[in-house]
Amino acid sequence: MNQSDFPMLKKDIIYFDNAATTLKPKQVLDKMNDYYENYSANAHRGDYDISFKTDQEYELAREKVRKFINAREVEEIIFTSGTTESLNMVANGFFKKYLEENDEILITMSEHASNVLPWFHLQNTNGCLVKFIPLDANHYVTLENVKKAVTPRTKLIALAGITNVLGDERPIKEITEFAHAHNIFVVMDGAQSVPHKKTDVCDLDVDFLAFSGHKMCGPTGIGVLYGKKQLLEELDPINMGGGMNESFDDPQNLYFKDLPHRLEAGTPNIAGAIGLGQAIDYLQSIGMDKINEYEKSLRKYAIDKLIKIPYLDILNIEADGAIISFNVNDIFSQDVAYYLNKYNICVRAGNHCAKILKNEVGIKNSLRISFYFYNTKSEIDDFIELIKNKEKMKVEMI
Amino acid sequence: MDEDTRREIILDHYNNPIHKKVPNNKEEYEFVNTNNSSCIDNLDIYIKIKDNIIKDIYFDGEACAISTSSCSIMIHNLIGKTIKEAKEYINNFQNMLDELPYNEEVLNEALAYNNIYKQNNRKHCAYLPYEGILKILNNYQS
Ligand SMILES: Cc1ncc(COP(=O)(O)O)c(C=O)c1O
Repeated sequence: MNQSDFPMLKKDIIYFDNAATTLKPKQVLDKMNDYYENYSANAHRGDYDISFKTDQEYELAREKVRKFINAREVEEIIFTSGTTESLNMVANGFFKKYLEENDEILITMSEHASNVLPWFHLQNTNGCLVKFIPLDANHYVTLENVKKAVTPRTKLIALAGITNVLGDERPIKEITEFAHAHNIFVVMDGAQSVPHKKTDVCDLDVDFLAFSGHKMCGPTGIGVLYGKKQLLEELDPINMGGGMNESFDDPQNLYFKDLPHRLEAGTPNIAGAIGLGQAIDYLQSIGMDKINEYEKSLRKYAIDKLIKIPYLDILNIEADGAIISFNVNDIFSQDVAYYLNKYNICVRAGNHCAKILKNEVGIKNSLRISFYFYNTKSEIDDFIELIKNKEKMKVEMI
Repeated sequence: MDEDTRREIILDHYNNPIHKKVPNNKEEYEFVNTNNSSCIDNLDIYIKIKDNIIKDIYFDGEACAISTSSCSIMIHNLIGKTIKEAKEYINNFQNMLDELPYNEEVLNEALAYNNIYKQNNRKHCAYLPYEGILKILNNYQS
């Protein structure tokens, strides 16, 4: 779908690394350029026309995000630099003071580093304990296993909606329902799910949600922290400075602004936020359900062909996300990636920032291909032709 | 060196690397890990130095064809050299990668990487084992 909107796709590449970051449509680039060329001013400050316009566009982007994830109030949308910053804000601004020694945080072995390290760090500073929900035979999360892992000390469950190596989707709504019945908070890492399927925070009822603009056709350096308003009210700002204060005379008299500005100190990523707003418009003009359906058909198309190649070890034959991870027997994943690179096919080799996953699946590195709506079956055909020829691969990998 | 010879040397050392295991009496060896932050190559190198001479080297770990073969060739070429000679050799190898003047003769099979500069993302793979071993050699002198 929509290939012609993407300048990068005119460069004769096949881009299969959408879990890392996505390409940007011209509409988003134009919108950002428009800001820089036609009303480039700071937000929340000036009393002149272009600054007013900047402010309006910035806040309009926030409203677009609100609608996109169906948050109740626009104050619940905080612009951050990305998923990583959002998760760190929640860990250090909220759970650091909320959790006590020996309180338990539940995560899994298949989380991205950004949903592991903030909690490991909290354990080191706070004395709370990070525990792991056991995964099933496919390395997926089930509600049953969540129930088994919960103890009276469990205070938080932090999970990716869809994981970035195996692409499995978690039953977040059911988990949240169970969690809330036991006074447990739920933090959702939406980096791989929000770009690919409709997300409704009211329906899921998660307490916090983090996601990144660059994985959904938006610019780099912009992301979102959603939190239920009463919880965000309790979240201490990590950054202090301009834009977030109401008044200050001396250290005893600091007055901060209300949400969301209290949590957005400093000049924000204005162009980024406006670009993200445009990316949301763009995705919605296609329709999230349609995107999701199309990606599923791409994945099925690719899997049906890949499983016929005998020397491949596919880590996730079944998965909801548009991610396929695999290894070519006897060939180091990176060599395969270099081979494909010679044909302008961009795929990722490595551990994909899920360094503890190897303890679970017993495989350190893999190749990952990940689709977005602008990928096509004919691109998959080209890729399969190259993967099907192991002898060629062996000769051309160096 | 023609393309086929290069490929043959690299694949030969990749498929049958020399000294690719943890040495039996590893307490006699100095150890260094070397990895590539921009990719996933990860090598452990064990080196035994006595009287200023490199007596033995082993390596282990997971790495791509270029890093693995380069490490194997490096080991073959460095065993028996004095520290000073080893450093000269490494310097020479680096010059080749950086397209600076270098002495072809001493490099023998390592010449297989003489056009790797054309693939910028693989240059570091070829140099990775050298980076590791230099850490030990530089420390040894000080
Ligand atoms: C599941 C998951 N969580 C978090 C992140 C971190 O996102 P960012 O680097 O945009 O902060 C990623 C990105 O790779 C991811 O895939």
